[in-house]
Amino acid sequence: MPSLLEAYAEVAGADIVEHLRQLAEPLRGMTLVHVNSTRLGGGVAEILDRLVPLMRELGIDARWEVITGEAPFYAATKALHNGLQGQRAPWTPSFQEAYVETNARNAEQLRPILEPADLVFVHDPQPAPLLGLCPGRRGKWIWRCHVDASHPDRRIWRYLRRFVADYDASIFSLAAFAQPLPHPQYLIAPSIDPLGDKNRELPDAEVDAVRARFGLDPGRPMILQVSRFDRFKDPVGVIQAYRLAKRFIPGLQLVLAGGGASDDPEGEAVYREAEASAGEDPDIRLLLLPADAHATINALQRAASLVLQKSLREGFGLTVTEAMWKGKPVIGGDTGGIRLQVIDYHTGFLVNSPEGAALRIRYLLQRPRRVAEMGAKARAYVQENFLLTRQVREYLTAVLGLHHATEDRIELG
Amino acid sequence: MSRGDDAPPGPLGSDPEPRPFALKDCALVALATGRRAQNLKELRDHLLTVSASSLYYHFWGGLLHPGFEERAYANDLAEWVHQSLHDTALAERLAVIDPSDFADLEAMREELLEAIEAHLDQASALAWVPVDRQFQFVRSQIVVFDTRRSVARPEDLTPMLATLSAGSVFYHFIDARQRLPEGSDDFRAWLAGWGEPYRPVRDRLGAIDPYFTTLHELRAEIAIVFAETLGGET
Repeated sequence: MPSLLEAYAEVAGADIVEHLRQLAEPLRGMTLVHVNSTRLGGGVAEILDRLVPLMRELGIDARWEVITGEAPFYAATKALHNGLQGQRAPWTPSFQEAYVETNARNAEQLRPILEPADLVFVHDPQPAPLLGLCPGRRGKWIWRCHVDASHPDRRIWRYLRRFVADYDASIFSLAAFAQPLPHPQYLIAPSIDPLGDKNRELPDAEVDAVRARFGLDPGRPMILQVSRFDRFKDPVGVIQAYRLAKRFIPGLQLVLAGGGASDDPEGEAVYREAEASAGEDPDIRLLLLPADAHATINALQRAASLVLQKSLREGFGLTVTEAMWKGKPVIGGDTGGIRLQVIDYHTGFLVNSPEGAALRIRYLLQRPRRVAEMGAKARAYVQENFLLTRQVREYLTAVLGLHHATEDRIELG
Repeated sequence: MSRGDDAPPGPLGSDPEPRPFALKDCALVALATGRRAQNLKELRDHLLTVSASSLYYHFWGGLLHPGFEERAYANDLAEWVHQSLHDTALAERLAVIDPSDFADLEAMREELLEAIEAHLDQASALAWVPVDRQFQFVRSQIVVFDTRRSVARPEDLTPMLATLSAGSVFYHFIDARQRLPEGSDDFRAWLAGWGEPYRPVRDRLGAIDPYFTTLHELRAEIAIVFAETLGGET
């Protein structure tokens, strides 16, 4: 069985794996601890699940710790998370109490691991207070913010800032997300894991089985949007675009696939709006998939003729990256991180309305050769820029940079 | 090819033969500066004081950092002026500003300011962009490391060029322009120590324009120059 590094060399290129080995050389033997708040579910856990063994193979003594809490803690951190993303969120004294107390309790357990560590990566707001709770810390501490914090609720940010300001550095996904802080703020775009269930190569039979499971006709074109049922993802706009395009492509099928909305009242409302908009159209499928339906999403993306991400507002948009990795051109909303990925006429099209999306659907579905060309470019672009190996390289570079924080040029060896 | 030689590339002056060429590699990491511009005047104001490492990032960093290789304009400033301010004339003026033409980044900064201020003098109104289209000034840190590979003679480089990493190409061919006098590169600087027989390869390397290309294309061009002038398989 090949090592993880060998497996990544197969898909990402031997060059970058060699690069990782060389960058990791000065960090060999260092202890590095990642801390987040969940081992299962969510993009951060998915990435850490692969990142930690990869770092270990590079000779870094990496480990992953998870803080635990009760329902009031998760209610508080959900409010923090939403507030950081710009939603007005209640922030009550009981939330504060649950947040601080839960972190204090976790610090009791984690202190013997965190204080002697050479490097500590604390992911997202949930465990942010740990730094202040580890007074004997020896290493560098980095706060990794995975959230779109470009327009946070100011009150929430002021509260959180007191915990993150003392870190040695922070990492944001895009320059627009960075907030004023008294330490270096590295910019490292998110990535997808090409070996994970959501992105690994799938046999045709698996793709066909998923098509059959949802009653999709393989002989007709299918367009897909994968996203939560959220107004910012504009599912109703996608249905409008589909209708406009279907007048010219009668066989067109649409799949809107998203996560369950049981704990999200607004999500449920948006799902109902989409349902009402879809009406009785037998060629529209609204799929509520469980959070771990990675292989199903993978198959749907591979089965699609084109992928849409018609967001009105978007952080980075990893579903765009996933579709592009599968060689699909993406018709994306002209916003946020989608602009970094969808390059007009090269990897897809940026659109600002259902009409614009419909126009591009028609354009592409009539030009299979163009779809293949753009899809190949999209995949190459992701391979070069948005795979996990690139993110690891930038983490290693940032760590090396942090040890020489005031210098623009660091010569090793 | 030998391993473990720490000698820097470059001629040794009076030595009978230059020391081996030590292959280096590099990685770039971006840092937020917190500086943002929403119109041309703000862009100018930040350009007055932004660090040279930010200019470096916005002009050369695109080669090593996530980004699409086929851009309409070759630097981030011109791209923003075109994409967000929709001012094609100024975008074109900024796009022709090539860092290789300047002794250092400070001289290039002057040229940038001159172009923008001349444009502002003529402008009847100032275009503003939405908040999510602001120009974000970013700076970079470059980490340089030794690959522990080196070559004794120019001919030995030819077979290695095809496998050079993008970081090595960037360090020796792009970054060198900021380190060496007269915008040279590490290959030419080293070859200069080998005298006249190697002038043709130096001249041809000097004719490569790195500004509108990708590191992979650049590597291929450099490899062809070595193969055609010094022989050997790439």
